[in-house]
Amino acid sequence: MIELNINGRAMTVDADPSTPLLWALRDDLGLTGTKFGCGIAACGACTVHVDGQPKRACVTPVSSVVGARITTIEAMETDRVGRAVQDAWIRNDVVQCGYCQSGQVMAATALLKDKKNPSDRDIDEAMTGIACRCGTYARIRAAIKDAAKSLG
Amino acid sequence: MHRLLTEAGNGIIESLSSERARRLSRRDFLKATGMAGGGLMLAIGLPADGGRGGRLAHAQQATAKAPYPPAAFIRIGTDDSITVLINKLEFGQGVFTSMAMLVAEDLDCDWSKVRAQHAPAAQVYAHPSFGIQMTGGSESISSSWQQYRTIGASARLMLIQAAAKQWGVSTERIDTRSGMVIEIGGQKRRASYGSLAEAAMQLPAPARAGIKADPKDFEIIGKPTRRIDSREKVNGSAEFAIDKKLPGLRVAVVARPPVFGGRMAKLDAEKAKAVKGVVAVLPVQVDRGGIGVAVIADGYWPAKQARDLLTIEWALPIGITTTEQLAQYRQLAQQPGLPARREGDANAVAAAARRIDAEFTFPYLAHAAMEPLNCVVDLQAEKMTVWCGSQFQTVDQVLAATAAGLKQEQVEIVTTFAGGGFGRRANPNADYVVEAVRVAREMKKAGIDAPVKVIWSREDDMKGGYYRPLHVHRVSVGLDDKGMPAGWQHVIVGQSITKGSAFEKYMVKDGVDVTMTEGVVDTPYRLPNMQLSVHHPEVNVPVLWWRSVGHTHTAFVMETLIDEMAAAAKQDPIAYRLALLDSKHLRHRAVLALVREKSGWDKSAPKGYGRGVAVHESFGSVCAHVVEVSVDNKRIRVHRVTSAIDCGTAVNPLTIEAQVQSAMVYGLSAALYGKITLANGRVEQGNFTDYPVVRIDEMPQMSVHIVPSTAAPTGVGEPGTPPIAPAVANAVAAATGKRLRNLPFDLAA
Repeated sequence: MIELNINGRAMTVDADPSTPLLWALRDDLGLTGTKFGCGIAACGACTVHVDGQPKRACVTPVSSVVGARITTIEAMETDRVGRAVQDAWIRNDVVQCGYCQSGQVMAATALLKDKKNPSDRDIDEAMTGIACRCGTYARIRAAIKDAAKSLG
Repeated sequence: MHRLLTEAGNGIIESLSSERARRLSRRDFLKATGMAGGGLMLAIGLPADGGRGGRLAHAQQATAKAPYPPAAFIRIGTDDSITVLINKLEFGQGVFTSMAMLVAEDLDCDWSKVRAQHAPAAQVYAHPSFGIQMTGGSESISSSWQQYRTIGASARLMLIQAAAKQWGVSTERIDTRSGMVIEIGGQKRRASYGSLAEAAMQLPAPARAGIKADPKDFEIIGKPTRRIDSREKVNGSAEFAIDKKLPGLRVAVVARPPVFGGRMAKLDAEKAKAVKGVVAVLPVQVDRGGIGVAVIADGYWPAKQARDLLTIEWALPIGITTTEQLAQYRQLAQQPGLPARREGDANAVAAAARRIDAEFTFPYLAHAAMEPLNCVVDLQAEKMTVWCGSQFQTVDQVLAATAAGLKQEQVEIVTTFAGGGFGRRANPNADYVVEAVRVAREMKKAGIDAPVKVIWSREDDMKGGYYRPLHVHRVSVGLDDKGMPAGWQHVIVGQSITKGSAFEKYMVKDGVDVTMTEGVVDTPYRLPNMQLSVHHPEVNVPVLWWRSVGHTHTAFVMETLIDEMAAAAKQDPIAYRLALLDSKHLRHRAVLALVREKSGWDKSAPKGYGRGVAVHESFGSVCAHVVEVSVDNKRIRVHRVTSAIDCGTAVNPLTIEAQVQSAMVYGLSAALYGKITLANGRVEQGNFTDYPVVRIDEMPQMSVHIVPSTAAPTGVGEPGTPPIAPAVANAVAAATGKRLRNLPFDLAA
């Protein structure tokens, strides 16, 4: 049994220590908001926060995050910045298929927690790892700036 | 997917059952054809008659019969919520919102109360003219424009009738306003839709229901309207098939043969079975007559770990190598093939004052949707439930039933959101669905009584075939002494997408697959003496429609050649195009005029930038892009894209802007990076590392402009893709003088 701190709660998973956090979240804990896209940290759909930093859950063994604060998309509605990002996403009509958007919201939230008024270059750096095949990038950029404004 | 499919009717389902079955076994064949007979239901369509209804303030138009029971499409809750059942797949293109808008317009309801959900697979939800339930061909809005509005209008009439009955007044004295039924004069009674819904939905559907005739009366159509599926997609709660949870659910991954059609010959699964969480290792029939090995486990990770530990000896067919294939295609392109268009003098090119000879190559392309393929199957003795995000619900239903040995009506298909599709989830063979059913069947045989979710890894998905076919085009253009076209000889080489499928008889004409010639054979330009022919080699690589299908390559060839011709004539590229577009092509002219104005075409391009244009008609719409690029160190950077589209009535301008952006980005990824290659039958790419896609740091500034129109709506999801690659190539030529003719672009080559 491995004990993890997820979204402020202690949760246990019965999994091999090498199991990626992604699959512990999805298959063991039923937290399916975090998405599987590539399995090799090449698309960012599985982005979560580990101690506040964006991490690709598909290549993060559960054994490496014992004792860390893990935050997933499911906790964003009650996070001040996360909620502002979600609301900005809706105002700017960002989503299309929606599959990558958990990762986009997590990456954008981590960015705005780090930088209140990110520049275009900051946005590129924080968001380039998150692929979107629907091509929602223009509205993502607009929504990040809108969220920054709403957070003051 | 193609407009020729309109001839198909219910024949697709019928031939699917039979064609597929023929390739299975005689026993299955008999079963399938029997089933096809039983599964065929009424052919439904809208009559073209134009009677007028004329009732109250609700202006009437071409009233259509209402053969669609509103109760199958609309649920009105006692809380006044309106749930619209969407017969398409919501996979990003926004049908939950825009199709609900169509219903809401003529239902006259409160938009804030409107929800949407996927309809189940059933014949009543079939495409009005194709006879199958499907999402493709950029048809969602155009095929629902009359249908969904008429359903809304019918439901409104039923609510009025219910109120008339309850109040004891004539329907002439009743009107509606935004979700309320209102008595005119008299006691001025009011009732909400929700309070009348139960009584209303028990009434017979009206034989006729008029829809608003004058666009000036539209209250919802044409208004930029935000999506209604956003909240669940930003908080992680939206359910994709891969997210499906069921009691006792097992996860399977499949080791598929490394060459298409290969078979497992010898298996050592000892180490795999020892992995904690593994339930079973079972040989399973896979696509194209292959045999693979399914690993069933408690979750994806143990299944995947165990699969890596399998030792399998394969019996493999000889596999192709794309470099050799390309050389053969080039040879073939030297000689004419099956004629697709023959006009005027075949020797006109040879006799012309000048000529341009050009060869173009296009690689295989994977769809690479963000959600890897997956499918959930719960197989019981007499019934089966399948969860997937499919573009082909009733096709999948028939083929899943065949694979399970059940009747079509015993199979429930639950459509979930899909994380993209781009054509991959519209497979006439239903490959990933049928395979999942076979896994479920093998589990049953092995005594494992549990539902199963088959998940494809990214590598499985990318190596799994069903690509946009590889093509070679060879074109010789004859020009007169003023640089205007005098002759055109064109040969296209590429696999047929539809040959051998249930779609063949509708889409292959005289041996020519129309999905390969679209965009050339129907060119809007005046090109005298055009000779077009094709070769369709048979190759052991499964191919499929990929966002905008044949236009992905034909638009590139036509629009870069026209540009080259304009340069030869020393004319402005837009002026040259206009000179070749006659008065039948006013939409092309309007789109070019709009993109010219909005892009600042008549001012010179920013210093160091090259500017290019391309315009192309596909799926009933005309779309143009003007792009500005710079080339630095052999690297192409697209800075700005200005787009114009004529898609008829703009139902939801917000969606149209998003789809044109989306289609542009999708085409740009292919133009800059997209390439699937094979060596000895083995696909060489596997993930986003070797099949890169455009990221946010490469997203150009983009503006989308819609040509105002009151015509019926036409396609939006795909038409933005075809013109982007040629526009970029033309801009690169303007910047560097180099003409790019091989995709993806490689300036170092």
